[in-house]
Amino acid sequence: MTHPAETTTPPTSQPTYQHGAFPDARGRFGDFGGRFVPESLMAAIEELERAYADASADPAFASILAEQERTYTGRPTPLYHAARLSARVGASVYLKREDLAHTGAHKINNALGQGLLAARMGKRRIIAETGAGQHGVATATVCAKLGLECVVYMGAEDIRRQSLNVFRMKLLGAEVRPVTAGSRTLKDAINEAMRDWVTNVATTYYLIGSAVGPHPYPMMVRDFQSVIGRETRAQCLDQLGRLPDLVVACVGGGSNAIGMFHPFAGDPSVRLVGVEAGGSGVESGKHAATLVAGRPGVLHGALSYLLQDANGQVTETHSISAGLDYPGVGPEHSYLRATGRATYVAADDTAALHAFQTLCEDEGIIPALESAHAVAHVLGERGALRPDDVVVINLSGRGDKDINTVADALGVTL
Amino acid sequence: MTNVQTTTSPITAAFARARAERRVALIPYVMAGYPDLATGEALAVAFGQAGADLIEIGVPFSDPLADGATVQHASQIALEHGMTLAGALELAGRVSAQAATPLVLMTYYNPIFSYGIEHFCTAAKAAGVAGLIVPDLPAEEADPLLRAARECGIALVFLIAPTSTDARIETVARVAAETGGFIYCVALSGVTGARDRLPEDLAAFIARVRAHTSLPLAVGFGVARPEHVAAIGRIADGAVVASALLNAVDAAPPDQRVATGVAFLRDLQSGAHLDATSSP
Repeated sequence: MTHPAETTTPPTSQPTYQHGAFPDARGRFGDFGGRFVPESLMAAIEELERAYADASADPAFASILAEQERTYTGRPTPLYHAARLSARVGASVYLKREDLAHTGAHKINNALGQGLLAARMGKRRIIAETGAGQHGVATATVCAKLGLECVVYMGAEDIRRQSLNVFRMKLLGAEVRPVTAGSRTLKDAINEAMRDWVTNVATTYYLIGSAVGPHPYPMMVRDFQSVIGRETRAQCLDQLGRLPDLVVACVGGGSNAIGMFHPFAGDPSVRLVGVEAGGSGVESGKHAATLVAGRPGVLHGALSYLLQDANGQVTETHSISAGLDYPGVGPEHSYLRATGRATYVAADDTAALHAFQTLCEDEGIIPALESAHAVAHVLGERGALRPDDVVVINLSGRGDKDINTVADALGVTL
Repeated sequence: MTNVQTTTSPITAAFARARAERRVALIPYVMAGYPDLATGEALAVAFGQAGADLIEIGVPFSDPLADGATVQHASQIALEHGMTLAGALELAGRVSAQAATPLVLMTYYNPIFSYGIEHFCTAAKAAGVAGLIVPDLPAEEADPLLRAARECGIALVFLIAPTSTDARIETVARVAAETGGFIYCVALSGVTGARDRLPEDLAAFIARVRAHTSLPLAVGFGVARPEHVAAIGRIADGAVVASALLNAVDAAPPDQRVATGVAFLRDLQSGAHLDATSSP
């Protein structure tokens, strides 16, 4: 068994990355993952696992999903050569434009996949959690389209900073339930969604928005988000005739990153870097850099890296970006970190804000603050990159939702 | 097959004594550090002296996702008072020095994982803890803790829920049989919290569990009143009462909290005698 003290192992005992080997039958990615949930949910999780296996093996499901991705979501999203950003950084930088997907972020990929699965399972009531509101909007969108009831749990603090998305969800017919417990952010919204699920498990489908939670969620979310990486890989080969040298994505729970990384993880020449929220600086303790500064623990159904105190209590996080403000991380990222296949770094609020402005001014693209963390890392790599290096940044969402937050941070009154 | 630890477990003995006295075993709950450190401890000791069959000591956690509003609130207050898993073990040690009642620690898994599983079990044994309830640790993930607890002679108490399939009940019962103690039957689909009435399908659910195990069955979640205890006595071996007790203690003036908690327990005990309640 993984003991916390043993998991922060010296590099000599680093396990080797095995592409495609995980999750195993127990839902583990190496030591990470699993199903740490109340017994009340186990039967529902087993039902979900069977239903997903059944859908995955059904070509009709894949074909409906692909058709909806094309005609509803607007896939494939472009791989865009950011010329002025490239000149600034000193490398060839491409943006995977998930911000151009319907609803304005990658979250729709997973919401559509799981929504179709829920409908196939005959579940008519959908619950979801949301941080920045993008997953809530995506879920409300899919529920409207499929005629399903939708309840979204959202931390009261996040409701305050993402009021635009709250109104969007309501317009789309969802009920938004504020969560006032704990830190009033994403982790508390997940707790409350799990409580709803335990209570209404017979009728309700829990549509988790990140690559977290008990097995099979991390696998399922990865699979639905992997359309990002598959497209990007094919676009690189098609547009550039080669694979990228470096692929960068922001990591909160890690769904856009795992969707981008997974299809490249079997290509040893492609470096994968996940960028976590450094908040006020990792050394300040006010951050959400789980893989950079956490240690293994169990939260929301999975064993993964976790920000916690010495007594195993989950600590409060801080980030300018609501979507990264989460103390846990998807278990597959913990595995990628443990094997060294991906590396994880932090970008702080200031760097993210600077990157946000840079992308606005250089490229005419207003990025989500979450995605701006990935841009910030690449800006910081200037000098370390060669001119012929090909860098892909997953631009996971657009930044309209963040305008109020950015105005506040810049001292502007709207 | 009966192993040595099962037959000698203080938990097994407590259920056997209650059965011999024709009572359903009563298991009151105390949150360590709630309403404050001293009162939580005094409540546990007083419950022991008032004849509780087992005492469940809750360890606060930052993310109690199986708990309703009452236990969430208590958890938050206890954390604000600085309660930790180590602090709860110290409290258990002091309680077991003053009351012979077996103690069952209820904690989410991460504090144990963070403490170190083997190290924790050793410390729990030294503190007089007889059993563990870990609501987010299903049988499939329990091996490391099960092994360590068994080596220390501590029972790991598994939960079974109305949603558990017969196949799952069979699996859980098989694993639970190795560790002794009892099986915690979750009365309803939902989180902890006092309810007005027990679910109508409770007897059928308990019968499904009974078909797979000879371990004592305790019923919890939503148990709040003497008539609930009496109804549970007709179908199971024990009743766990947490939120209703916390609510009663919470509503009392600060200097009356221990007395109020004991009075609430005595009221529940009035429903615990099988002879008084078994007439149709």
